[in-house]
Amino acid sequence: MSGAPPHVGLFVTCLVDLFRPSVGFATVRLLERAGCRVSVPAEQTCCGQPAFSQGAREEARALARQVIETFSGFDYVVLPSGSCAATLRRHYPELLADDPAWANRARALSERTHELTSFLADVIQFTEINTVYDGKVAYHDSCSGLRELGIREQPRRLLGLIDGLHETPLANPEGCCGFGGAFCVKYPGISDRLATDKSRQVVESGADLLLGGDLGCLLNLAGTLRRQGATTEVRHVAEVLADQTEAPPIGRE
Amino acid sequence: MQPRSHAFPANVARALADDGLQVALARTSAGFPKKRLEGIASLPEFELLRDQAEAIREHVLEHLDWYLERFAAQVEKQGGTVHWCADAEAAREAVLGICQQAGARSVTKGKSMIGEEIAINDHLSAHGITPVETDLGEYIIQLRGETPSHIVAPALHVSRAQVTQAFREHHLDRDPERPLDAPRELLGEARDVLRERFLAADVGITGANMLVAETGTSLIVTNEGNGDLTQTLPRVHVVLASIEKVVPTLEDATTLLRVLARSITGQEQSVYTTFSTGPRRANDLDGPADYHVVLLDNGRSELLGTPAQPILRCIRCGACLGHCPVYQQVGGHAYGWVYSGPMGAALTPGLLGLPEAWHLPQASTLCGRCEDVCPVRIPIPEVLRHWRAQSWEQGQPGGVSRLALRTWAWLATHPRAYRLASSLVARVLRWRADGSGAVGSLPGLGGWTATRDLPVPEEGRPFLAQWQERQQP
Ligand code: SF4
Repeated sequence: MSGAPPHVGLFVTCLVDLFRPSVGFATVRLLERAGCRVSVPAEQTCCGQPAFSQGAREEARALARQVIETFSGFDYVVLPSGSCAATLRRHYPELLADDPAWANRARALSERTHELTSFLADVIQFTEINTVYDGKVAYHDSCSGLRELGIREQPRRLLGLIDGLHETPLANPEGCCGFGGAFCVKYPGISDRLATDKSRQVVESGADLLLGGDLGCLLNLAGTLRRQGATTEVRHVAEVLADQTEAPPIGRE
Repeated sequence: MQPRSHAFPANVARALADDGLQVALARTSAGFPKKRLEGIASLPEFELLRDQAEAIREHVLEHLDWYLERFAAQVEKQGGTVHWCADAEAAREAVLGICQQAGARSVTKGKSMIGEEIAINDHLSAHGITPVETDLGEYIIQLRGETPSHIVAPALHVSRAQVTQAFREHHLDRDPERPLDAPRELLGEARDVLRERFLAADVGITGANMLVAETGTSLIVTNEGNGDLTQTLPRVHVVLASIEKVVPTLEDATTLLRVLARSITGQEQSVYTTFSTGPRRANDLDGPADYHVVLLDNGRSELLGTPAQPILRCIRCGACLGHCPVYQQVGGHAYGWVYSGPMGAALTPGLLGLPEAWHLPQASTLCGRCEDVCPVRIPIPEVLRHWRAQSWEQGQPGGVSRLALRTWAWLATHPRAYRLASSLVARVLRWRADGSGAVGSLPGLGGWTATRDLPVPEEGRPFLAQWQERQQP
């Protein structure tokens, strides 16, 4: 990387914006520490994944165009979410493939877009994590990040740089937590079984902290663990990497 | 079989409350993925074979008419007969016609999903012909009056005690005091009973895992050898197959066989792989006098050229079922028709139509594990999204869900209004949580809060509002 620091457009995602602002601030801190110049475009809302997943293609396209417009002109676009990053990277190009005015722009954005931990680990090759965390941590691999973007090692590589942090593996790390966006409210019976099963794995792992890279799954698991009376804390991985754990864990006060 | 896919939510409730089913599912949920991993570990070129398998299947679909005609010509050259059937009704009539012409009173059947799709057993029974399933799993569910709950392991949902019970109820000519609990005893009894049926059958019906165009061969794989007895003992052999089952060459067939069993049971090969080419020839030691292939379309050709086409690559290995979090919780019957799991959710809307089957593509977290394990790399989540897009255009889901999505989409494309709305939502949620960090119930979100708390936003305003504040000194 030569000369000027890379200019990163931060797309915090709608869930972080609403539920967990501290993940947004932690992300900014990490990106700045990694030598990036960070901008947060004010026009951002949501990547449109709820519409895309529901099959509301027109609504999804409108949002895709808005995001492409909002995030043009950055060297990179970074999101603290695997599933939202996958929406930009994998699905915008297919969504706008038949739209001559937008297809190229969608592809260009796709190539510049990265999920936070893979951006830090693979693109910037960031290694300066100087924090200490004394405890046992479980990591939830969210399905979209894992299978659409191949994110598995990246967050672990970064967490491995933290002194004292010890990962306790889950019994079925590839299994879905049952969130699935609207799925969790439309088919709550199935979602509950999956969330319960995953929560049990978390508790059985003996971890005192559950981390992950997607707030949707984390809200689901934090809510389930809390309802079941488990004391395991839940946070977004960015909070720990940035050493910003002043806010209470997700779903706690 | 009368489809019950439209009643998916009710089917799910029943499945989740069925303790016996849950025990069976828990056992296999761990078992299949483990076996697959062991199976592919012994084959370093597995990923390469998957690429080839995908290419073979996709190539066939691009030239389906050509390969089908070639297959049919070869079958006829060998002295067999091909029956082209546009729908289930035509296929039922074709099979019945063959059986009646043979003067058949009883028919043995190998495992066939097409048989289920056209509900051939009911049709034959209604015309005085007794169908006997010879695959052990199929035989068990036939006794129990059920349909398969898995495309490869049809009786996956049945416990051993239930098998004992079914045998005692139906095998009435046997000693009621006989021991019948150990797997060996059950197997022995099934074998005895079925042997008589094999010998008595006038017609044998099998499915086909593949149809080979270059030779006019139909191919089945089984682990019990029942298919061989079904197709060689009776005078007439009927093959039930859907049109997409064709592959160009025997070489291609073997490539597919190498990924087929490995993907589900981890076996290198199924125990029996049987090739049938036409009726018995002058010098053959055995084989049927007549050989028929009933080729079923039933809506498949309509899927060609659409985003759903890739599901026609499916070779029915069952891997996607075994790895699907939804299937693992609810089993096959919840899907309400013949095909279940991810491949069922992707195929059924194409065969039954969305008004009947629209729930199936919705009932997925799109976790993508099915695509990950599919030996022919079918992008199942993409096909499910395609069906969701079709549903959306047809007005499904409607009501509150639709209104909510539309409202949200409007807000999301109007950032200023969106900011106001998100600040308001954050405030309301925090007020309801009353300093506890989460809410235990929320009107309109009962699907979430029935079983889990809803974490509420952190203290303070949404991120973007805070960020803008900090930027303006
Ligand atoms: S969709 Fe793929 S994984 Fe599922 S049964 Fe068909 S071939 Fe196997």
